[in-house]
Amino acid sequence: MANLTLVQAVNDALKTAMRTDPSVLVFGEDVGPKGGVFLATDGLTKEFGEERCFDTPLSEDGIVGAAIGMAVNGLKPVCEIQFQDFIFPAFDQIVSEAAKLRYRSGGQYTAPMVIRTPYGGGIRGGLYHSQSGEAYFCHTPGLKVVIPSTPHDAKGLLLASIDDPDPVLFLEPKALYRAVKGEVPEGKYKVDLSTLRTVREGKSVTVFCYGAMVPVVQKAAEQAAEKGIETLIIDLRTLLPLDEEGVLDAAKMTGRVVVVHEAPRFCGFGAEISALIAENAIEYMEAPIARVTGFDTPFPNTLEHHYMPDDRRVLDAIEHVYNY
Amino acid sequence: MAVKSKKNVSGSELTDEQHVALLRHMLAVRCTDERMLKLQRSGRIGFVGTAKGIEGAIIGSAYALKPQDWLWSGLREGGAAVMRGLPLSEYIAQMYCNSNDTAKGRQMCNHFQHKGSHYPSWSSVIGTQIPHGVGAAFAAKRRRLDEVHAIYFGDGATSSNGFHSGMNLAAVWKAPCVFVCVDNGWAISVCSAKQTAAEKFADKAVAYGMPGVTVDGNDVLACHAAVQEALERARAGEGPSLVVLETYRMMGHSSSDDPTRYRDDKEVAAWAAKDPIDRFEKLLIAAGTIAKDTRAQLEAELYTQIDAEIHVQEAAPKMALRTLVDDVYAEVPRHLQRQYNNFIAVAERLGHATPGDGAFPL
Repeated sequence: MANLTLVQAVNDALKTAMRTDPSVLVFGEDVGPKGGVFLATDGLTKEFGEERCFDTPLSEDGIVGAAIGMAVNGLKPVCEIQFQDFIFPAFDQIVSEAAKLRYRSGGQYTAPMVIRTPYGGGIRGGLYHSQSGEAYFCHTPGLKVVIPSTPHDAKGLLLASIDDPDPVLFLEPKALYRAVKGEVPEGKYKVDLSTLRTVREGKSVTVFCYGAMVPVVQKAAEQAAEKGIETLIIDLRTLLPLDEEGVLDAAKMTGRVVVVHEAPRFCGFGAEISALIAENAIEYMEAPIARVTGFDTPFPNTLEHHYMPDDRRVLDAIEHVYNY
Repeated sequence: MAVKSKKNVSGSELTDEQHVALLRHMLAVRCTDERMLKLQRSGRIGFVGTAKGIEGAIIGSAYALKPQDWLWSGLREGGAAVMRGLPLSEYIAQMYCNSNDTAKGRQMCNHFQHKGSHYPSWSSVIGTQIPHGVGAAFAAKRRRLDEVHAIYFGDGATSSNGFHSGMNLAAVWKAPCVFVCVDNGWAISVCSAKQTAAEKFADKAVAYGMPGVTVDGNDVLACHAAVQEALERARAGEGPSLVVLETYRMMGHSSSDDPTRYRDDKEVAAWAAKDPIDRFEKLLIAAGTIAKDTRAQLEAELYTQIDAEIHVQEAAPKMALRTLVDDVYAEVPRHLQRQYNNFIAVAERLGHATPGDGAFPL
């Protein structure tokens, strides 16, 4: 066991995968000798050489498009898009190509690959270094969308993603890169995709969250506990394919649900969770489902701490559904 | 850049047998298209994008590929796939989008694939296959495979993101690939002159740091020779090149397109006079390689084969409903299993499905 930050756990996962599987390649913008703008790929070129970890031209659709070709022809690409905000030139390659290749070819061709990218706010990055675009991608059958919130899960989920037979978009909460630290097992281990993590047990209110919102919800839950409200916190970890039964079980357990994400509310992932519960477990609900989200605006800069859900807003929602 | 053209068979590096084979492959494309168009007009299949007029470009160029090489296609290279091993049965099944189709009827017509001859599935998005071919070529180099990747696209695709990023990455990586631009004059209704202000599409290669050549695309031997040279260069580790085959799409973009709305009959007539099959046939007759009635004999043989296969594909069994949810992921996830079971329950009630038709045990 080592005590690592989340970004160190990502780095550890990449090194572990590259040591155990010679077909794994890491590439993207500035991921080589510099080690990535957040140092997620620190030391990889040094340990594995430029053959295995290298810089590419500044071309997101080229990075993802070429990764698809590499995957089709026997390599295991783990490419990086420097910020999720910059992924949109590659949207076509992800949505039209990687996600649909298996289906459209009747299973003859597949693109097992991982696209890692930091997402989310909290670093004063403004409109173009802060977005949470997960919902765009969750609307894409054929793709898997994974978001860790702890160093342990970051490594285990990334290793599971690299071994997965389908393309995975691995969204890393950049606000947590160095803000959380935890025990991470050495060597290879996997956290199964499409499984939920119970962060905190509770019988009063269920809160669904993921990524950088998990510690925010934990903080709110501590304050709720002081008021006698016991919060069940579920970290979704894999948004697509979602463990729908797990979500419904957790919702039924308390009958009071809050969903938290930093992305805009309209058509955000919270809408899917709400609809899922409304369709399948409305009779268990004791209160309307509440969403705590970013605003339906572009991501701000100076006022980002008001845009992003904080413990006060989450606590307010917990109390609201509890007292309904 | 000079237009390369081989004017007689004596200048060809191919044997007489290979010349006849080329003629036959070109005729196969034309005869198959002709039958497919009839099927479309009679409502048996939905769509045809013919290769009429560009047979020399696609057959001549792809004939230079070795069996281990890959062909990343656009819309109109299906005939090249047949030449390289795609069974005619699979070709026609794909046009019918029926249960014999290896892609399980999921793509519209003219979207072929054939794993055995390294012809990956194409999406309908223009230019996206270009970086795929580059990535696959990179993988071949990294895995030290003796394999070149020929990446096909049309004139319109030279304006796409995929062209730019693919050409750039290939040159930077010295990837073993050849970019084959089949400039057939028209991207649906937009002529090549409106696609770029560059004097020639091949000039674009300069900016990426690779050679670019323009070839008479209606000269099947010139197409073969130019692509052969580019393949050898790639195979020798000298990196990618761009080969532009200048030809002409004689029909509409597809069976749904009326080209008289946007182009001049005189232009079409001028290109008809340069038909690649007529031209090659004349050359072979003049060289004494074939007789005057050889073409008619070849066509008769081809039609017999094609028609027999059409009858087989007409009788294909119904598509399994489970193909609605298979192959989205390696395993059907539980939410899709539930969606399917809900669907099948309704379909059963309405008599559209047999009881329990592929339902998942949940």
